[in-house]
Amino acid sequence: MQSWIPIVPESASSFSWKVDALYFYLSGVTLFFTLLISGTLIFFVIRYRRRTPYEIPRPVAGSHKLETVWTVIPFVIAMTMFVWGASVFFDQYKPPQNAIEVYVVGKQWMWKLQHATGQREINELHVPVGRKVRLIMTSEDVIHDFFVPAFRTKADVVPGRYTTMWFEATKPGTYHLFCAEYCGMNHSGMIGSVIVMEPRDFDNWLSGNVGSMTPATAGQQLYQTLGCASCHGGSGEGGRGPALTGTFGTQISLASGGTVTADEGYLRESIINPQAKLVAGFGPIMPTFQGQVSEDQLMQLVAYIKSLHGAGTTTPAPTPSAAASPSPARAVASPAPAPSIR
Amino acid sequence: MKPIESFELPSPSKVNYLNAVYGLKSWLLTKDHKRIALLYLGSITFFFFIGGIYALMIRLELLTPSGDFLESTTYNKVFTQHGIIMIFFFLIPSIPATLGNFLIPMMIGAKDLAFPRINLLSWYVYLAGGIITIYALLAGGVDTGWTFYTPFSTTFSNSYVVATGLGIFINGFSSILTGLNFIVTIHTMRAPGMTWFRMPLFCWSHYATSLIMILGTPVIAITVLLLAFERVSGVGIFNPKLGGDPVLFQHMFWFYSHPAVYIMVLPGMGVISELIANFSRKNIFGYSFVAFSSIAIAVFGFLVWGHHMFVTPQSVYAGMIFSFLSFAVAIPSAIKVFNWTATLYKSSISYDTPMLYALGFIGLFTIGGMTGLFLASLATDVHLSDTYFVVAHFHYIMVGGALMAYLGGLHYWWPKMTGRMYPEGWGRFGALVVFVGFNLTFLPQFIAGYIGMPRRYHAYPPEFQVYNVLSTAGASILGFGMLIPAVYFVWSMRYGKHAEANPWHLPGLEWRTQSPPPTENFEQTPIVTWDAYEFAPPEETEVVGKFHGEVERAS
Repeated sequence: MQSWIPIVPESASSFSWKVDALYFYLSGVTLFFTLLISGTLIFFVIRYRRRTPYEIPRPVAGSHKLETVWTVIPFVIAMTMFVWGASVFFDQYKPPQNAIEVYVVGKQWMWKLQHATGQREINELHVPVGRKVRLIMTSEDVIHDFFVPAFRTKADVVPGRYTTMWFEATKPGTYHLFCAEYCGMNHSGMIGSVIVMEPRDFDNWLSGNVGSMTPATAGQQLYQTLGCASCHGGSGEGGRGPALTGTFGTQISLASGGTVTADEGYLRESIINPQAKLVAGFGPIMPTFQGQVSEDQLMQLVAYIKSLHGAGTTTPAPTPSAAASPSPARAVASPAPAPSIR
Repeated sequence: MKPIESFELPSPSKVNYLNAVYGLKSWLLTKDHKRIALLYLGSITFFFFIGGIYALMIRLELLTPSGDFLESTTYNKVFTQHGIIMIFFFLIPSIPATLGNFLIPMMIGAKDLAFPRINLLSWYVYLAGGIITIYALLAGGVDTGWTFYTPFSTTFSNSYVVATGLGIFINGFSSILTGLNFIVTIHTMRAPGMTWFRMPLFCWSHYATSLIMILGTPVIAITVLLLAFERVSGVGIFNPKLGGDPVLFQHMFWFYSHPAVYIMVLPGMGVISELIANFSRKNIFGYSFVAFSSIAIAVFGFLVWGHHMFVTPQSVYAGMIFSFLSFAVAIPSAIKVFNWTATLYKSSISYDTPMLYALGFIGLFTIGGMTGLFLASLATDVHLSDTYFVVAHFHYIMVGGALMAYLGGLHYWWPKMTGRMYPEGWGRFGALVVFVGFNLTFLPQFIAGYIGMPRRYHAYPPEFQVYNVLSTAGASILGFGMLIPAVYFVWSMRYGKHAEANPWHLPGLEWRTQSPPPTENFEQTPIVTWDAYEFAPPEETEVVGKFHGEVERAS
């Protein structure tokens, strides 16, 4: 770390400078008004100090003109802050294209991470410089928060659903990873590091850490062992249950009317609570898998379903970037009515 | 000069509300708003010192990066209990239940609040909630953070969550009762001639506060109840494993707890309006703007809770709306600051202790309010939320704002409440020490937060240490500064100089009766023919000598 006393954290992501710029603007305005108010106060307190014990100053009537001035000017300044802050925020939340995907599971009091290429890490995340990295996160227990000060971003990691965040590291180095949402006894020990590497070093690191199956391959095995294939087809082509191939990222028509985007969160919910958003044309016949699959396994199943694109494809996508980019939309809801088993 | 015969001061009488009746029973069964105010004063001071000891334990632990002074479980309980005690048992009742209770009837020329028995009941309810909470602390404490986030609080914490929640639940009713009493009193008990726009701004700000107390507090009661229900019975409300939604809790919690910030600071703004006007002998600049800004804060305050949740899976568009509204709610506060400052123009400013606290308030509240904009702004909030920046920001509002105002108000009305003067020299010295200590404690935390130090950390990486050392040094100065008034206030009750009826020479109704006041406040119901802060009649351009309406007393 720096030898001097830091007043801003290290800047290592594509939007850290944008947040810093806004921060300095806000700091400037704060300093200006603080000095304006306290300077005026000090001037008045000295200039209009009480000189004789019984002096009575003349009363002053209010002024609508002045009130308007100091209502409108602060409002306009506040709106510049609002618009600026909202636009940087909006950029941060636009999901990136062609990002490396990393699955993150928080639990008391550690971070478990898995790359789409299979590498597992605990409390450490290796990423290459200059590539967008998208995190798909959930928690096994309480709410955590994935916070990397050097990237100027954080997001809550919530049990029972997926949250996502992304960043693009711009400077190699090792940066703090904090849990920022209080999570119990060892909250301050739920820390780690994000290690940003040059792309070549990152590739070396990846190839030196083979061993685990990719999440998609593991998900494919689960798909078979859990019996998903009996309804959704051996390779996700559908049957009594809706087809899975090519559904990721598309709009799904629901039995209750309306549509939903088939993102990671929807896939997860449909495994845990299948009746919540039933696909149009299918009956409520799927059992819940709540309690039968861990968060890790859920993420593997989701990764497998995401890897199914195009008819006949059964092998999971080989590269993370391919897995991330949704294939062109395809008709999703199978018109075949599901036979009732009740 | 207008005639004000009805305000001939009584010849100093030996009988007042403090010595009219004696005995423990006369206090515990009193229906006198002034005595109830003193009961509250005693009990909130007790809680303040407990909370203060927790604060010092936090700062001692954070002096070094490693967690070496307290166990992490102990530390988690200490910061949780610091928050719970300070917010629910000190800050929320502080100004309304003591100064408000004592002064609202006197300022509007009434004999008491509208419901004296309910007023006494509110103190017992407060006490019941307090005792249950103290029980929870002694039995083993609570470690959820004062925010009780689920599912940690409902499923994972092994501490006394339900008992603490019950204490907070019960305590909430004392807020509701106080708010109800103030609203009815202000509507129905104003003396003849005391129109709404002649009321001191202290009453306006308490009216706004009371609205929040009545409308907001039931929501925290429901939230705590649901939390306890899930924890005890296992019915899924917030825990996703049971089919609940943990983020729902945050919506419900902040729907009350953001307005609760205004419960804490609005009464303080009312005190500051009194101090600024009275210690500069000037009518408040833009009275109606200051009055209505209190109401605006109370209303807008209910629409901004989502800014506590920008990093939760709340929708991006909801985030934008909450961000916009949060910027909007800053404007009424800015209006107040500008009007207070403008009031001082061509005024006659005294440097008495209450005024020092008021001037300190304006500076600190400005910093507290402006740093709130960093957290209303979406992009900076994502980086800053759950860091020490947030801790610094809300301490500037709650300590730099609410607590400074409370101390200023306590000094200002101390002669009226106790009939004694505090030592002025020590008062100024104490105000200075508190101001310096406060800034040294919390200014460094803004920077620590921006460089990324998360809040609620028991141990931290070494690069944050320099700011924590400064902060701990400041906290010891602040702690020492708090002891100064504590000592001389107690001392003055016995040895202080006897206070005159109107030691500051002010026109307000509460100064037109003896110190301490008689049980019925005024010998006869006053008839009000002047505006608030009317030191000189409006038609007079300059008055040298005695102010309008000051009453000659036999020497």
